[in-house]
Amino acid sequence: MKRQPLLHPGLNLGSTDEYSHDVSEPIIFGFWVFLMADLVLFAILFATYASMSVQGQAGGPTPIDVFDLPSAFIETMLLLTSSITFGMASLALKYKADSLHLVFWLVLTFCLGAGFIGMELRDFWVMIQQGAVPQRSGFLSSFFLLVATHGIHVTAGLFWMLVLLLQLRVFGRTTEVKLRLMRLALFWHMLDIVWVCIFTFVYLFGVAQ
Amino acid sequence: MTAESSFSLLGILTAQDISFVHTFEHPGMSEFIDASAGGVMVMGGIIVIALLTYYRGWHALWCDWLTSVDHKKVGIMYIVVAFVMLARAIIEGVLMRYQQSIAVNDPGILSPDHFGQLFSTHGSIMIFFVAMPFVTGMMNYIMPQQIGARDVSFPLLNAISLWLTAAGAALVMISLVVGKFSTGGWTAYPPYTGIEFSPGEGVDYWIWSISLASIGSTLTGLNFATTIYKNRAPGMTLFRMPLFCWTSLCTSILMIFAMAPLTIATLMLALDRYAGFHFFTNDLGGNMMNYANLFWLFGHPEVYILILPAFGVFSEVISTFSGKTIYGYKSLVIATMSIAVLSFTVWLHHFFTMGQGANVNVIFGIATMLIGVPTGVKVYDWLLTMVRGRIRLTTAMLFSVMFLVTFVIGGLTGVILANPPVDFAVHNSLFLVAHFHNMVIPGVLFGMIAGYQFWFPKAFGFRLAERWGKVSFWCWSFGFYLTFMPLYVLGLMGAMRRTVEWFRPEYLGWLQVSFVGALLLFSGFLFLCVQLVVSIRQRDQRRVPAGDPWDGRSLEWSNSSPPPEYNFAVIPDVTGQDAFTRIKQQGQAYASPIAYEDIVVPKNSIVAPVIGIAAIMFGFALVWHIWWLVVFSFVCMWGAVIARSFVTETERVIPASKVRADHEAWLQQVRECATTPREQENTSVNVGRAEVLT
Ligand code: HEM
Ligand SMILES: [Cu+2]
Repeated sequence: MKRQPLLHPGLNLGSTDEYSHDVSEPIIFGFWVFLMADLVLFAILFATYASMSVQGQAGGPTPIDVFDLPSAFIETMLLLTSSITFGMASLALKYKADSLHLVFWLVLTFCLGAGFIGMELRDFWVMIQQGAVPQRSGFLSSFFLLVATHGIHVTAGLFWMLVLLLQLRVFGRTTEVKLRLMRLALFWHMLDIVWVCIFTFVYLFGVAQ
Repeated sequence: MTAESSFSLLGILTAQDISFVHTFEHPGMSEFIDASAGGVMVMGGIIVIALLTYYRGWHALWCDWLTSVDHKKVGIMYIVVAFVMLARAIIEGVLMRYQQSIAVNDPGILSPDHFGQLFSTHGSIMIFFVAMPFVTGMMNYIMPQQIGARDVSFPLLNAISLWLTAAGAALVMISLVVGKFSTGGWTAYPPYTGIEFSPGEGVDYWIWSISLASIGSTLTGLNFATTIYKNRAPGMTLFRMPLFCWTSLCTSILMIFAMAPLTIATLMLALDRYAGFHFFTNDLGGNMMNYANLFWLFGHPEVYILILPAFGVFSEVISTFSGKTIYGYKSLVIATMSIAVLSFTVWLHHFFTMGQGANVNVIFGIATMLIGVPTGVKVYDWLLTMVRGRIRLTTAMLFSVMFLVTFVIGGLTGVILANPPVDFAVHNSLFLVAHFHNMVIPGVLFGMIAGYQFWFPKAFGFRLAERWGKVSFWCWSFGFYLTFMPLYVLGLMGAMRRTVEWFRPEYLGWLQVSFVGALLLFSGFLFLCVQLVVSIRQRDQRRVPAGDPWDGRSLEWSNSSPPPEYNFAVIPDVTGQDAFTRIKQQGQAYASPIAYEDIVVPKNSIVAPVIGIAAIMFGFALVWHIWWLVVFSFVCMWGAVIARSFVTETERVIPASKVRADHEAWLQQVRECATTPREQENTSVNVGRAEVLT
């Protein structure tokens, strides 16, 4: 294929490291495609939630009864901040020769992500205590599926981060590891966007009604 | 939720669930048939194992095939899966036709429950484990070679997709012996498939086998789309790609977007059944209409996922065997794309009767009819390709021509069904069964058989026996008309689908004709097997080492048969459409390249088989509530992925000297081959070097 002067945002390869640039092209592109497929999945979960959140309440708890908006807000902040810290990690990957900065930002991201998951689990627990279990109504079923699917994604991202931290240690900053970090970054930012939608459409709209 | 309080290592599995034990305790015709089917499967398995052991084939099977990530081998394995499953699903179809043909005022030989399992497995297998793997296998084998690539973008992921699909197929096979399959049809509509009306393992088998296959297909889609976008040879612009690549691209895009609704629908059904959620239940806010929407949001694009690659095959076959460039290339590309887009706008025509109101129905009815337009364009393009061509009616071509005729009839009945008022009258009747078989048999199955006939010499180095191919062709064609035309009539007479017993004597004659047709279809399949055996026996007279037995037009014909693992010793430079024909006409075919380079190919990997086997265990454990095994196999799958990411030596280098030696030896052989005029294509003169007319 003719080499187009097309650089990947975030990786300063191109002229400096042609090999990495070439291998990265299909890999990063393929990952974007994967993210798209994953977003279709979320889109369907949103649609399901939209159709059940009001009509599927079955006389059970309504969104206002069970949503803890302050808690969801803190979760949002945690996750948004973690996106910034991952952004810093990407910059460190790009500009810093040592791994120290990179590892620092990654660990910080991990902590924020873990904090998010912890808060979310606490929310779930409180809801379950109140009897707002997914078995109670269609609304709650779709709520738990949507939010937990996002949560499972974040958890997977955390595991992935651990594996990559280990790989940074074992292999150093090889092209493979860099590319994996870039993919994790894309994944992480996508989850952030999904969460913003959840916070808006599920929590804010839910409480506004 | 199923109340399973006592802990058992085998979950809820008991000896009575084994079909042999069950039949022994409750003998009866229906049970006997069930046990025999299981017996045949187990025997088949034992025979294969015995043969492998006897011929010491295990090593070769493992090293050359199961762990391979070569797109060509993955493709062939997909097609093998498809053939095995096709055998089972056809037999089930024939059995159902037999039951229906004798069950007029008579219970026949099958219990209603068994009949329910038959149409559910038949439909699910045909769609997910025959058509899908066949199509995917075909794309796997051909597409990378047509775009001048050495492999797909992600070879290991490709093998993992294969193994996930195979794991789903294995689960359906296991359900023959251990427990029962769903009786909910291939669509598995709740609330019938909910835990209340379908307790037991049947629906769970359906859920997990389909989920595995759908994840496999999503991964295939993204892999192929990336391959086509990023791995084309120099000069192979999108608009120079053979049509099969275009249809593969559209299919891949459809897979990326359309599989998710299915995955989610099966997941939600599973949550309803296992954990008492309320997505599709009758009570507490569940809404089964959502299921119908989600399922068909997948289901309609799915039929185009299946049919587009077949359209691609027909384009290649018709143009090759007419000795002409395809007519209206651009219009075919645009039509393909339009079909892909439109396929997302019509899903509702599968449930016009569910009460969404006339206006909505009309919109979807019109959208449905619109799809007929690009499809019509294609039909005319194919016809015009044949006009003034030098047509050779080989088996592949016969299947293509029969497709054209038959598919148009199916399309017409489709347009009829797209009218909501008409659909209200014949919804879920045998008219519908006739219609969709009228699309999938000529469309998908004939397409795949044509492709198989066409590319077999490429993959295995020898031609298939035309005579038996033609016998098979006539069986398939007459069989199709005899089986399914009567169903149109029956449907108009009011006969509903999925019916185990009839009470209207006037159905009898039509049903009997249909059964005879089904036998013919089955013999069509048997003759394909005969053809294969005969051709293998006579392979020495049929060899085509030069690799181009049909005067092919695209790049896959420019390498040897079978191709080397790296496909192209030197990546070709493409200057236009019909790349290989061009090269031949310019007299540059089989010229020695100026220089050779080292070629990097991926190493074999055990990751895909590990994931596949773990996936079988995972599905089985979920079906039978064996929770420890669920956890264990899940950890195995992801453990394999993580472990693999620590492997650094994943590639192997084939030195330029070896590439040169092999390629030059082959070129030498080709130069010594006599060229074959088209009239002698099917004689032993044809060693794969085509006569070039300029
Ligand atoms: C080759 C010969 C075939 C025969 C004899 C056959 C026969 C049958 C019969 C008897 C039924 C049940 C009809 C009813 O509900 O009353 C059926 C259903 C079905 N068939 Fe086939 N069939 C064949 C090929 C195929 C192929 C190639 C496909 C798809 C690729 C296919 C897909 C289906 C589907 C999806 C159903 C609906 C199952 C359900 O009701 O859920 N069949 N077929
Ligand atoms: Cu449809």
